[in-house]
Amino acid sequence: MARIRLDHIRHAYTPDLARAGTYALREVDHSFEDGGAYALLGPSGCGKTTLLNIISGLLTPSEGHVRFDDRDVTRLTPEARNIAQVFQFPVIYDTMTVRENLAFPLKNRKVPAAEIRTRVADMLRRIGLEAKADRKARGLTADEKQKISLGRGLVRSDVNAILFDEPLTVIDPHMKWQLRSELKQLHREFAMTMVYVTHDQTEALTFADKVVVMHAGEVVQIGTPEELFERPRHTFVGYFIGSPGMNILPCRLEDGAAVVSGARIALPGILPARTPGRIELGVRPEFVRIVPRGSGVPVTIDRVEDVGSERIVRARLNGAPLSAVLRDDAPIPAEADASFAPEGLNLYAESWLVERDGRLAHG
Amino acid sequence: MDKTWNNRAWFLVLPVLVLVAFSAVIPLMTVVNYAFQDTFGNNQFFWYGTDWFKEMLTSDRFHDALVRNLLFSAIILAIEVPLGILVALSMPKKGVWVSVCLVLMALPLLIPWNVVGTIWQVFGRTDIGLLGYTLDAMGIDYNYVANPVDAWATVILMDVWHWTSLVVLLCYAGLVSIPDAYYQAAKIDGASRWAVFRYIQLPKMGRVLLIAVLLRFMDSFMIYTEPFVVTGGGPGNSTTFLSIDLVKLAIGQFNLGEAAAMSLIYFLIILALSWVFYTVMTNVGADRPVKEAAR
Repeated sequence: MARIRLDHIRHAYTPDLARAGTYALREVDHSFEDGGAYALLGPSGCGKTTLLNIISGLLTPSEGHVRFDDRDVTRLTPEARNIAQVFQFPVIYDTMTVRENLAFPLKNRKVPAAEIRTRVADMLRRIGLEAKADRKARGLTADEKQKISLGRGLVRSDVNAILFDEPLTVIDPHMKWQLRSELKQLHREFAMTMVYVTHDQTEALTFADKVVVMHAGEVVQIGTPEELFERPRHTFVGYFIGSPGMNILPCRLEDGAAVVSGARIALPGILPARTPGRIELGVRPEFVRIVPRGSGVPVTIDRVEDVGSERIVRARLNGAPLSAVLRDDAPIPAEADASFAPEGLNLYAESWLVERDGRLAHG
Repeated sequence: MDKTWNNRAWFLVLPVLVLVAFSAVIPLMTVVNYAFQDTFGNNQFFWYGTDWFKEMLTSDRFHDALVRNLLFSAIILAIEVPLGILVALSMPKKGVWVSVCLVLMALPLLIPWNVVGTIWQVFGRTDIGLLGYTLDAMGIDYNYVANPVDAWATVILMDVWHWTSLVVLLCYAGLVSIPDAYYQAAKIDGASRWAVFRYIQLPKMGRVLLIAVLLRFMDSFMIYTEPFVVTGGGPGNSTTFLSIDLVKLAIGQFNLGEAAAMSLIYFLIILALSWVFYTVMTNVGADRPVKEAAR
């Protein structure tokens, strides 16, 4: 087990792309603490799988170093790094039985036969394939195959880290919950460093202690699920996490308050002395209240979606879309204004968060 | 839904029935006809029963040709299949060299059989052939016209040269269809090069390998043109394979009854052996349903 340090990693898939400045990873400088459960969250093509393959050693980064504790492993093979990785689509060894599949990584590492037996038996029980242990793996269903892949990754208890590359894509929804809690259980038991790549925010937020949000080849924020929800460092994080995403309202600053389409909104914290460029106000739908006309910013309500536990109000503020999530049953006035809870207000300059003490979060 | 019955629909399959009749059924029945009759000329035939078959099955000449042919097929399969896999494994997976390799590999397959035979016939001659002359100059006593071992070596080498490409191309097609994730997973699992071959590449090539083995077996068991051109079945009878023997019997000696019986036996042997290959190879590594049911 080890602390994984990514030291100014940049990666382009070919030298030509590097010369053109097209990097799949623009710059990542980050550490995964020993024993942490991390999720790499981002849309398709943001570089999360590239980053994962660099950690596991399937890719060598164009620039920068990977360190496990103090050892530089940038040039080492996946085997030498002692990493387990589970891929998006099930990889199984067709001609082997389920049991042989699970034993394969152990056998390759010359683990004593008795230990292989107990560990494989334990893993068979965890992934619920005891009944099919001696069947050839090729005849199984897609989610059973993926469980074998997971099992092969988890069966080695001495690995430095376990990496998951969207492993639950092919699994049925009800199985997803079960397997995810199984993974959490394993994490608590063995305290292994786990890095879990996904584009599904629910998966990321339920699995990880710390979520690393990536966007266009960069890490935009690393934080606990609460931090990502309450204080997104970048408007992308606000938009990507949460359903519906954060409302982003263009505004200007005037005497310590934000002016959104003519309405003054008092801001908590200190405003930056000088703010360059575009200024936006970010507020999550959960912090938006619908109030009677005259007590907030005037909005036009388009429709109300009742999703059972809550109601989502889709409105427009001066033409720009604005969503609100209402948890109570209070009637919604036809002529309504919106008001914002002060603790939910975040100010963004050029898409990056302005901290409460007036500092810019980035650059 | 009601089905519409219209017997005139049979007219639609009539052309293909006529075609198959003329191309396969009638010639085959002619052979069957000859196999049970005898003639002394004048187009007069006499019922001969199954005697031609009995004679053929007990004939030493037929046994010898059969053994020679089985040995030949076994040897070329034992060389061409492993060699084909090896070449396919060492071919590049991407880049400009892929097309170069594929064209080079396809070349021998484009040459007509009798031309291949002629090439090797000349190639092996000790007076003007590059191979024969070189061996002779090196002091190696090589003469495929006089020495049966040399004749066999030449015919086998020729077949390997001509047909290994087919195995290579089929195996290569199987190899490139393996997704990268398999190799990545194998690296993560710490699999050796041999284990990658044994547990990923070989199983994924299984289907195409079956086709390769079947094609090469059937073709080599029916081989005629190339050894006919190179050795003419000699020296002596040492490279007289079944089809060469059959042609000698039918056209050389004009022994139609015997040749017809031999053709039918020959055909059944190919059919039976192909079936055996197919069954064995599709069952290797399959789940055993009996064990499953016993649980």
